[in-house]
Amino acid sequence: MKFGILVSEGPYTHQASDSAYQFTKAALEKGHEIFRVFFYHDGVNNATRLTTPPQDDRNIVNRWSKLAEQYNLDMVVCVAAAQRRGIVDEGEAKRNGKDATNLAPGFRISGLGQLIEAGIQSDRMVTFGD
Amino acid sequence: MLHIVNKSPLDRNSLDAVLGTGDGGAILLIEDGVYAATKGNAYEPKLKAAMAKFKIYALQGDLEARGISDRVTDGVAAVDYAGFVDLVADNKTNQSWL
Repeated sequence: MKFGILVSEGPYTHQASDSAYQFTKAALEKGHEIFRVFFYHDGVNNATRLTTPPQDDRNIVNRWSKLAEQYNLDMVVCVAAAQRRGIVDEGEAKRNGKDATNLAPGFRISGLGQLIEAGIQSDRMVTFGD
Repeated sequence: MLHIVNKSPLDRNSLDAVLGTGDGGAILLIEDGVYAATKGNAYEPKLKAAMAKFKIYALQGDLEARGISDRVTDGVAAVDYAGFVDLVADNKTNQSWL
């Protein structure tokens, strides 16, 4: 079955990002397809590679990146939410005159249409938030 | 339909909203939502009454993380993340009550 995942809470806030990750991983391990993971609102903070939690804590950002690499996941960050919160890739840095980028591996910045498409193309859409 | 509730009923009214508007199906309690499924909590009578209409599930890992997996209300089924995935797959629609 094809699943779409929406994450609208940042990492280390409450538990939504952890729940979304565990659900996504479990679905993949059961042989389901993840059409897309879409990060919206504060959820875009899951996509900064500058995150540095203490060594004995889980690294939520790296964990997403690794899962994406292992399963070739499409992880999309909402562009408007990202701009507000300073999540920047090279294209956005150039377009907005910023001197740095911080988008973590495996993520890409795009628009809300990608969320709509995930809703249309997936058999099930599951939202994780606060 | 699968209703997903992630906050304690003593904190938010999301579970109340499900019980007040939903016409049956399954409810999965996750994150702080699992507090609704502890024996003797103030919300237990409402949850038990709801069992006539809804099948109630609680996420095992979230029960364990809160130290309450040994006092789950009778009639509530504990599921792991694989079970969570199955619930989403088996129900045509799902709603996270945020």
